[in-house]
Amino acid sequence: MYQYDQYDQNLVDERVEQYRDQTKRYLAGDISEEAFLPLRLQNGLYIQRLAPMLRIAVPYGLMSSRQVRMIAQISRTFDKGYVHFTTRQNIQLNWPVLEEVPDILAELAKVEMHAIQTSGNCIRNTTTDQLAGVALDEIEDPRPWCEIIRQWSTLHPEFAFLPRKFKIAVCGSEEDRAAFLLHDIGIQLVKNARGEEGFRVYAGGGLGRTPVIASSIREFLPKEHLLTYLDAILRVYNRYGNRDNKYKARIKILVRAWTPAVFAERVDAEWQHLKDGPATLTGQEIERVKGFFSVPDYQSVDVDAVEASMQALAAENKGFSRWLDRNVSPQKQAGYAAVTLSLKPAGVAPGDVTDVQLEVIADLADSFSFGEIRTTHNQNIVLADVAKTDLFSLWQLAKAAGLATPNIGTINDMICCPGGDYCSLANAKSIPVAEAIQRKFDDLDYVYDLGDITLNISGCMNACGHHHVGHIGILGVDKKGEEWYQIQLGGNAGKDAALGNVLGPSLSRSAVVDSIEALLDVYVENRLLQESFLSTYQRIGQAKFKERVYAPIT
Amino acid sequence: MHQLLKDGNIVANNWQLVHADRETVPEGNVLLSLSHWQASGPTLSNHAGEVGLWLDSHEDIEALTDEMMDIPVIAINFPKFVDGRGFSAARLLRERRGYRGELRAIGEIIRDQLFLMQRCGFNAFEFSSEIDLAEARKSLRDFTDAYQVAVDQPEPLFKRR
Repeated sequence: MYQYDQYDQNLVDERVEQYRDQTKRYLAGDISEEAFLPLRLQNGLYIQRLAPMLRIAVPYGLMSSRQVRMIAQISRTFDKGYVHFTTRQNIQLNWPVLEEVPDILAELAKVEMHAIQTSGNCIRNTTTDQLAGVALDEIEDPRPWCEIIRQWSTLHPEFAFLPRKFKIAVCGSEEDRAAFLLHDIGIQLVKNARGEEGFRVYAGGGLGRTPVIASSIREFLPKEHLLTYLDAILRVYNRYGNRDNKYKARIKILVRAWTPAVFAERVDAEWQHLKDGPATLTGQEIERVKGFFSVPDYQSVDVDAVEASMQALAAENKGFSRWLDRNVSPQKQAGYAAVTLSLKPAGVAPGDVTDVQLEVIADLADSFSFGEIRTTHNQNIVLADVAKTDLFSLWQLAKAAGLATPNIGTINDMICCPGGDYCSLANAKSIPVAEAIQRKFDDLDYVYDLGDITLNISGCMNACGHHHVGHIGILGVDKKGEEWYQIQLGGNAGKDAALGNVLGPSLSRSAVVDSIEALLDVYVENRLLQESFLSTYQRIGQAKFKERVYAPIT
Repeated sequence: MHQLLKDGNIVANNWQLVHADRETVPEGNVLLSLSHWQASGPTLSNHAGEVGLWLDSHEDIEALTDEMMDIPVIAINFPKFVDGRGFSAARLLRERRGYRGELRAIGEIIRDQLFLMQRCGFNAFEFSSEIDLAEARKSLRDFTDAYQVAVDQPEPLFKRR
């Protein structure tokens, strides 16, 4: 993974001191509340319902075991001994003290980490595929490009005060695991007819109040032009994005108002001034950054023998077999696999882990996956480079630490925002809904029979829980001061991205679980052989689902 | 405000800002709004003092003529400090239009923006409220280097590291 040199380290160290001074001046009354707000947000600090919340950047979801151990230590020293993994592959501390945040940032800087631009109306953490570099369907490794974008976006002098937040995702594979079409800018790595590397650039996607799937604005951008083209997009947005109404301020509103074609023309006109300018990437720089993402030191293995012994163990052990089915996925290197550690056991807020679990994760990474982990936008952890000979040992250790729940991709692997338990924006709680669903569907045979299904929960229309793109989406709404829940069906992240349709009137919390069960019953009764929930929904339409959910009420 | 930061120094402010709706122009050095300049610029030829321009955040720098690139001071207003349009306007004036005079940030700016503003080409900062300028100017040096190309550094870090 990328290693800081003195320039990167110096910048992060200076940022800590800048923020320490800002905090000191705020506490002394020299900075107003209004002026401090964007300053602290640009360092990831929210003031939440119960306490401040600090969001720590995990650039494109990649962390070393050393960094994971530092997070564990910080959570013990400065918080309550647990952290939350977010849908933007970042980490949140739920109980830091405002006065101590500069010290937390100083600790993070010791391991090449920071909280720069994890919130606020600026360019946020760039995200990508958790299987970057090892995916079977990869066209090119997106991580070097994410790092190049990270450096370009970090303290960009012109774009620190945008109309609204700005998110970029990079996709390097056939299948989309980064939801890149739901970002302000989605960058897809492609090759042109001559085999040259470049990007297809999409703009104007996003969730939130007005969910939109991004539009292509450039079919092929040669790789050296990446940063000048991004500068052009951001400049057009910074100058012409809506600043009067924050609900109309995302780039998607501008793209839609102008039409994608006109937006693309405006960007192109700006880009003509910047193209081939000094920010044009050099082959040397691209190679320098790629050098940090080299192939790990894999051992050659007897693939057939490994496969046979693994299958023998699976045959004897149902728990291991289930875990292999759900939590282990293939990767490029023969004899190796990618393992997902589930952060979704029943009874724990999705994405939460304790300090002790973090240390186990760091140990597992050191023992089995070259000392690296990846965070996923589904709020789990991936060990991407595990020798298949190690899978059984890894499973036993992960299981003992509560990290081997075999539920990846099932209805219990839900995406869930912190909701009304923590967040001051939320209309409703989301964690208790997630827990009630997990408790209801605790029969693993039933859950496996349902197969791949995404259930996403957001506590308000800001959509941090990605409810628009869940096969089943649940949205918390406020109805005369009470917490109600709207259900949506048919959403999908990925290359065939689709936004869910509202099923009907919102439901009380007590009715949510039974309604989900009714939806699943309709699926099971109507599915054709091997058909997924989403395919069945797309084939039979919404009416049957709606009828079943609302029949008992009317 | 009687003083401002210019090129890192605390200096006297000897320019008066004339709001768009003001009919009479005071004596001395004045900053006129774009509409004021466009409407009455030529009639100011007998003005006792120099004439500069101030732009509001929603005004496009494309409206400025090439002749305006020779005026001694252009000020860009920040109606709110979070209105970041002025950052782009400053770079365009410096990098595209070749403006070399004083480029002044005015309005609700805060000291914590100085480092980035200076990178975008501002060299003068006039705060709307009384602040300790000697303290504020420390923020010009919050960082020793930066990744990106900007007015203060035409080469990106990746070509210099």
